[in-house]
Amino acid sequence: MNVKFINPFLEGTISVLKTMAFVEPRAGKPYLKVDSAAKGDVSGIIGLTGSAAGSLALSFSEGAILKIVSNMLGEDIKSINSDIKDAVGEITNMISGVARKNLEAEGFYIQAAIPTVVAGKGHSITHVMGGPSLIIPFDIDEGTFVVDVCLAE
Amino acid sequence: MADRSVKILVVDDFATMRKVVRNLLKQGGYDDIVEAEDGAMAFKTLKSQKIDVVVSDWNMPNMSGLELLKAVRADAELAKTPFLMVTAEALQDNVVAAVKAGVNNYIVKPFTAEVLNEKIKKLVEGLDK
Repeated sequence: MNVKFINPFLEGTISVLKTMAFVEPRAGKPYLKVDSAAKGDVSGIIGLTGSAAGSLALSFSEGAILKIVSNMLGEDIKSINSDIKDAVGEITNMISGVARKNLEAEGFYIQAAIPTVVAGKGHSITHVMGGPSLIIPFDIDEGTFVVDVCLAE
Repeated sequence: MADRSVKILVVDDFATMRKVVRNLLKQGGYDDIVEAEDGAMAFKTLKSQKIDVVVSDWNMPNMSGLELLKAVRADAELAKTPFLMVTAEALQDNVVAAVKAGVNNYIVKPFTAEVLNEKIKKLVEGLDK
């Protein structure tokens, strides 16, 4: 995994959540993931193709995503419902967009598919390319989430 | 304060994003908002009622925002409708494609209410010219 891939996704995540959901996530130390278990209760995944290919997944704990989507919509959402799943898809899409724009400046021209969303305790995320993926852990006061990137040149 | 007679069509396949855009437009004083979940539905709406400004996503099933824009510009009745693309597609080629197709303005997600309403205001000001 090229280390140039870390910052575009890290910055994209902070930028999207700060602007659209008014939260300031704290990033932890990135690490490599070898199994396919997601680290949250609801996940969005989006395929990436072009000069680097693979996929991006975001997995949120229930507490984190309820806070994020409640802030986005200006409503108090208390459980993982259709609005939450829909918003996870759009958040994944937006983070992919900012990261791909940042990667364009590094010489990578990458396009994205339409995201899909999976919800439920203990679900798994399988990346298109297989192999280990890079996890960037984040937390906000209400819970945790991870950005899970599997991208190869 | 915005002109409350302005009718805005918000097009996005994600219901939550339509709700977010609707909420942000309301902050700018725009209350007359209709929604469509893809380009095809948006085009039908445009043909059936008077819409002053279109605010459209790019990536959607059935008919994308770019395809909708091209269909609007190719339609004699709708060709001059102000069209704002609100999208995660910030790659230069995408922006160029939208400009070539006749987009009036372009906002890259994520964005604030201020940015959205400033762009809408400029499009609305152009309606009477």
